[in-house]
Amino acid sequence: MNQRNEKLTIVLLLLLALLCLAIPAVAQEPVTDDEVNEVARDLYCPTCENRSVDVCPTDVCADWREDIRQQLAAGRSESEIHAYFAERYGNSVLAAPPREGINWLAWIVPIVVVVVGALLFGRYLKGLRAEEATEDDDTIDVAQSTAPVPPPAADEDDYISRVEKEVREGE
Amino acid sequence: MLADLGFAALLIAFFASIYAAVVAFWGSRRSDERLVESARNALVVIFPLMLLASAALITLLLQSDFSVAYVYEVSSTEMPTYLKVTALWGGQAGGLLFWNLILAAFTAAAMLRKWHDERELMPYALIVASFTQIFFLGLVTFYENPFARADFVALEGQGLNPLLRHPGMIIHPPMLYLGFTGFTVPYTFAMAALIAGKLDIGWIRTTRRWTLVAWLFLSLGLILGGRWAYDVLGWGGYWAWDPVENASLMPWLAGTAFLHSVMIQEKRNMFKVWTIVLVILTYLLVIYGTFIVRSGVISSVHAFAQSEVGQPFFIFLALMTLFSVYWVLRRRDELGSQNHLQSLTSREAAFLLNNFVFMGILFATFWGTNYPILSELVVGERVTVGPPFYNQVNGPLFLVLLLLMGVAPLTMWYRTSLQRLGRAILGPAAAALAFVVALFALGIDNWAALVGMWVVAFSFVLTLLEFWKGTRARVKRGEGPWQAFSRLMARSRRRYGGYWIHLGVLIMAFGIIGSYFFQQETQIRLNRGESVTLGAYEMAFNGIRQYAGADDLLIREANLALYRDGEFLRELGPRTELYTRTGQPMTIPGVRSSIADDFYVIMVNWETVTNDAATFRLYVNPLINWVWLGGLIFIFGTLIAAWPEAAEAKATTATRTRRRTVVQPV
Repeated sequence: MNQRNEKLTIVLLLLLALLCLAIPAVAQEPVTDDEVNEVARDLYCPTCENRSVDVCPTDVCADWREDIRQQLAAGRSESEIHAYFAERYGNSVLAAPPREGINWLAWIVPIVVVVVGALLFGRYLKGLRAEEATEDDDTIDVAQSTAPVPPPAADEDDYISRVEKEVREGE
Repeated sequence: MLADLGFAALLIAFFASIYAAVVAFWGSRRSDERLVESARNALVVIFPLMLLASAALITLLLQSDFSVAYVYEVSSTEMPTYLKVTALWGGQAGGLLFWNLILAAFTAAAMLRKWHDERELMPYALIVASFTQIFFLGLVTFYENPFARADFVALEGQGLNPLLRHPGMIIHPPMLYLGFTGFTVPYTFAMAALIAGKLDIGWIRTTRRWTLVAWLFLSLGLILGGRWAYDVLGWGGYWAWDPVENASLMPWLAGTAFLHSVMIQEKRNMFKVWTIVLVILTYLLVIYGTFIVRSGVISSVHAFAQSEVGQPFFIFLALMTLFSVYWVLRRRDELGSQNHLQSLTSREAAFLLNNFVFMGILFATFWGTNYPILSELVVGERVTVGPPFYNQVNGPLFLVLLLLMGVAPLTMWYRTSLQRLGRAILGPAAAALAFVVALFALGIDNWAALVGMWVVAFSFVLTLLEFWKGTRARVKRGEGPWQAFSRLMARSRRRYGGYWIHLGVLIMAFGIIGSYFFQQETQIRLNRGESVTLGAYEMAFNGIRQYAGADDLLIREANLALYRDGEFLRELGPRTELYTRTGQPMTIPGVRSSIADDFYVIMVNWETVTNDAATFRLYVNPLINWVWLGGLIFIFGTLIAAWPEAAEAKATTATRTRRRTVVQPV
C-alpha cells in the first residue's frame, strides 16, 4: 500500500514537473512583428532623426526591434520596455516627453497659454463692447453729425440684398 | 572659369544690395528721386545677376565638373539631365542660391509693378527689401558658396540623395521657396508703410494678391511634401510633425491668420496693429523656418554650434525682430484704431476668434518644436516632441477652427442676432448628427472620430448652403442656374474662392480623420505562395524578380496579387531600389487606391529578402484619397481668389464712370 502510494506520488510529481515545463512552452508562442511594432512605434533611436523604430531601416533600429522582441517574449509590458529604453538611452528615445518632473512643462504650457489666452481674449472682447456702449451714450449728438455710415439694421442679410440689388441693376 | 563667373555674379549682387540699402536711405533722407531710382535699379539688377549665377551652376552640373565641391556632392555623371538641373536645389549651397534667385525675382517684380502706385512707400520698401536680400546674398557668398572648389579631384560625384529623386521632391522645394520668399513682399510694404507713417489701407491693397500667391505656393508646398512623404518614405503616413515640417507650417498658420484679419481692417478699419503684427510674425517665421531647416538646430544644439549658417541666421532674426518691434511701438499711436465691437456675434468677432485659434495652434507648434532646444539648454536633457504631443494638443484646436469655418460666414458685420444664427445652424446641425448616427450604425464607435466627423459634416453643409443662397438670389432675378452660379463667383472671387478653400479643407479633414483613426496595419514574413489578410483585403505573394534599372540601380520587385472579399483586384509590385555605388536604399510602395481607402504595401528591406521569402508591411489607409482631393479643391479655391480680375476690374471701372455707383467688393 505504501509502495503504491509512493508510486502514485512519483507519477503525480512527474506530471507536475511536466506541467511546469509545459507552461512556459505555451507562453513561448513567438512574438509577432505586429506586437514588436506596436512597442517600437513610440520609440526613436538616438541616431536616426524623426523616424520611429518600427519604420527605421538602420541596423541600430533592427537591434532595438530584436531587443523588444526578446523582452516581449520574457513577458514585459509595453510601458516597461519603454521605461527600459528611456533609462538606458535618455528620454529622447520616447516619442513625447514623459509626463513627469520638469517635462510636465512640455504638456502644460501650451494648454495653460491657450486657456489663459482665451480668458484674456474674452475679457478683451467684452471690453471692446463696453467701450462701444459708453461711447454711444456720450457721443450721440456728435455721432449724428460726423458718423458717415450708420451701421445697417441688424437682421438684414447685407450680402444677399446686395446681390439682389446688383442683379436688379443689371450688369 | 564658369565657377569664377558665377561667384563674381554673387559678389556683385551682394554689393548691389548694400548699395541699394545705403542709397535708398540717403535718397529718402534728401527726398532725391534720382537716388531712390538708382537704388531701385540696383535692387532690380540683382535678378539677372542671380539668373547668371544659377545658369553657371546648372551648366557646371550638366558638365559634371567635379572640381566644384557642390557639383561633386549632389550630382553624378549618370544622373538624367532633368535631375542634374534640379540638383540646383538638391543641397544646402545651391538651395540658398535658388532661394536668392526667387527672392530677387519677387523683389524686382514688386518694385517695378508697384513703382507708380505706391510712390511714397518706395524708398522705405527698397530699404527693407534690401535688408532681406543683403542677408541671403551674404549667406550664399561668404558662408555657403556653391562655387567653392573641391579640395581633391574626383572622377565621379556622390549623386543626389535618392529620396530627393522623386517628382514630388523636385517640385516641393521650389513651391516652399516661392511661398517663403513671397511673404517677404507684404512684410516689405507693411514695414515701409510703418516707417513712412502712411498707415491707410494702401499697403494692404498693394500686397493683397502677392500675399495670396505666396500663400498658394506655401500651401502647395505643404501638400506636395505630404504626398512625397506618403509615396517615398514608406511608413504609410503623410505628416509626422517633424521640425522641418513644422518649420513650413508655422508661417502658413500666421499667414492664414493674416489673410483673415486683413478683412476686418478692410471692412471696418479696425485692428490695424494686429494686422501688421501678423505680417511681421509671418515674415519672422519664414526666416526662422529657414533657420531651422538650414542650421540643424533642432537635431542638436551642438549641430547648431557647428553649422556655419546658424549664427548669422540667429543674428539676422534678432535684428529684424528688433527692427520690426521698434517701428510698431514707434507708430503705436498712429496705428491705434478705434476698435469696438457692437456684438460678440458679429463677423469681426468671428474673425478675431479665428485669429485667436490660429495663434493657439501656432504657439503649441512653436512650443513643441522648440521644447527640445529649451530642455537641452536649461536642464541638459534631450527629449523628443513627436506626434503624440501634437495630436493631443493641436487636434482639438483644429477642430474648433473647423467649427468656426462653418459658423463664421453666417455672421454679419456689426451684429447678428442669436435667434437668426440659431435658426441658420439648426438644420445643418441636425443633418450632421444624422450623418454621425449613420456612421455609428455602420460600426464606428470611436467617439473622438465621431465628434470630428460631426464638425466636418456640419461645416460642410453650412458652406454648401452659402453657395446655394447666393445662387438662389440670382436665379430669382431671372438668371439660369449655371449662369447664376458662375457669375456669383466671378463677381466676388475672394468670398467664394474662400468658400472653395473651406470646402477643400473640410474634405481634407474628412480624409485626415479617417486615415488617422482607422488606419490598419500588419507586418508579416511570407514564403512564396503564402498569403495574408488585412481588413477586407487578402494579399498573395508570388515571388520576387531582381533586375538592373537605370543609373546604377538594383531593383527587387515583389509580385503580389490583391483580392478584396475573395475577388481578384490587381497585381501589386512594391520594390526596393538599391543605388549600388552609394549603397543607398529606397523603398517604393505598391498602392491600390480607391475612394474608400488605399491598400499600401512595402517590402521591408531591412529584413532579408530571398527569391522565395520576404517581409511585408501592409497598411489600409481609409479615406486617405480625400486628403489629396481636398488639396486640389483647396488649390482651386485659392486660384479663384487670387486670379487677376482684369476683365472684372475693367467692367467695374466702366460701371463706375457710367453710373457713379460703386459696388463694394466684400
